[in-house]
Amino acid sequence: MDDGKMTQIYIMGKAYDVPAGITIMDAMEYAGYRFTRGAGCRSGFCGACGTVYRKDGEYRLEFALACQEMVEEGMHLTQLPFTPAPRVSYVLDELDPYENVLLQFYPEIARCVSCNTCTKACPQDIEVMDYIQAALRGDLARVAELSFDCIQCGLCAMRCPADIKHYHVAQMARRLHGVSASPEPEHLTARLQELDAGAHTAELDELVNMDVDGLKARYATRKVETASEEAS
Amino acid sequence: MNGIPYFPGCSLKDTASEFENSAFFVMEKLGLPLIELERWNCCGTVYSLTADDLMHHIASVRNFIRTREMGADELVALCSMCYNTLARVARRVDSDGEARDKINAFMDREIDYDGGIKVRHLLDVLRDRIGWERIADAATRPLDGLNVACYYGCTLVRPKDVSVDDSENPTVMADAFDAVGASVVEFPFATECCGTYQVVDRPDLSLERSYRVLRSAARAGADVVATACPLCQHNLERALDKLGEHDGIENLAIAYFTEPLAAALGMESDKLPEGLRSVLESRVTVEGDA
Repeated sequence: MDDGKMTQIYIMGKAYDVPAGITIMDAMEYAGYRFTRGAGCRSGFCGACGTVYRKDGEYRLEFALACQEMVEEGMHLTQLPFTPAPRVSYVLDELDPYENVLLQFYPEIARCVSCNTCTKACPQDIEVMDYIQAALRGDLARVAELSFDCIQCGLCAMRCPADIKHYHVAQMARRLHGVSASPEPEHLTARLQELDAGAHTAELDELVNMDVDGLKARYATRKVETASEEAS
Repeated sequence: MNGIPYFPGCSLKDTASEFENSAFFVMEKLGLPLIELERWNCCGTVYSLTADDLMHHIASVRNFIRTREMGADELVALCSMCYNTLARVARRVDSDGEARDKINAFMDREIDYDGGIKVRHLLDVLRDRIGWERIADAATRPLDGLNVACYYGCTLVRPKDVSVDDSENPTVMADAFDAVGASVVEFPFATECCGTYQVVDRPDLSLERSYRVLRSAARAGADVVATACPLCQHNLERALDKLGEHDGIENLAIAYFTEPLAAALGMESDKLPEGLRSVLESRVTVEGDA
């Protein structure tokens, strides 16, 4: 916070004075909004807090995560915490990762006109159009590589004039690529076997059977890692 | 640049990879390798005829910008549909500065496209940059005895202003096969339509048209129908598959024109598709054979 300096922003058209130098999410909470949805990790990883804003005097819309972007004087903003994009169902192990599999499940990728609007909407600076183009030619590895930093906020799909669901296409491609082309991680396989063999069943059963007071007491006395422990 | 900038298009990276592989082989042998454009995107698939529909030209223009970024001023396509779309957009934005300015303004994150990219098809590169004599000299396994029907379809030769050759009576593909020793058969359906993407909504219409092309080629005595388009290839193969027992079309092989050319230039036969391989084995007399 900038020494008590205030700045004026517009949340859904209404003016608010909020402390300068805080995030959009903090500013909205300062203004009285309470997030029950549309906020998750507050660290830029979960993609729940997609925000659309326009700076004063600019014609262009900009896109960000509310928990990451700082407020600026004259910013007009609203939240887009959810994208009503349909997601197809598939059983990964039953799919053949053949070249047109993405087109089969998401045929609208063929409607891409290469306008690049998706890329301009991405708060993660991913080359979204490039990975849709790779999807169109069945290059799963390239889609997986280019879309790796996607956090599924869905802003690309909200902006696309061709109604493509980019982030779902990319997720499917990463899954297919992971199953078909990545080496099996030995430590993960071993860990899954441990869990299947009941490595933590007793502890989980204990929690499931505990009454509310017992759970509260357990929570209050939980071990919290301090910053110095984390650094060591 | 030791080579020529090459635009693959989506089909050549999945269902039509044999088209690309054989073209790579041919151009390596001829000393003008194809250099794939970096970060290319779909050509736009179909040229939009609506006068103010500039949105559908953006895809092609981005590819011209990628070509400029390579420091080149020409771009070669293999798929005749991609060729057609790219060539028509190139003409449009070259001749219409206002349209070009609007597209540049919309794209904003790209360098401006200033026009001037020459879009070529591999066939005109073979004719104008390589020449039939050099191709004849490079043919280590001439296709003597092979009868080829050159199927141009629509998009290589129409409309006239982007045609790779005379749009009524094209000979460029035939000249390529002449150069490598094959016999070219004349057939009246060489520039008829295969039914194109009507195969999706009206599959019977497409089937009938493709079947007529095959029947005409078979009656003219063809062993191979050579194509330059993944969609033509798909429709003709579908007709062969569904109606193969009719009118003697069952012995036809359908191949991208680059595949028999690659065979003539020495590509190993196990890299050729089965249909073409068996036709070559039964028809072509190889020197040294008993």
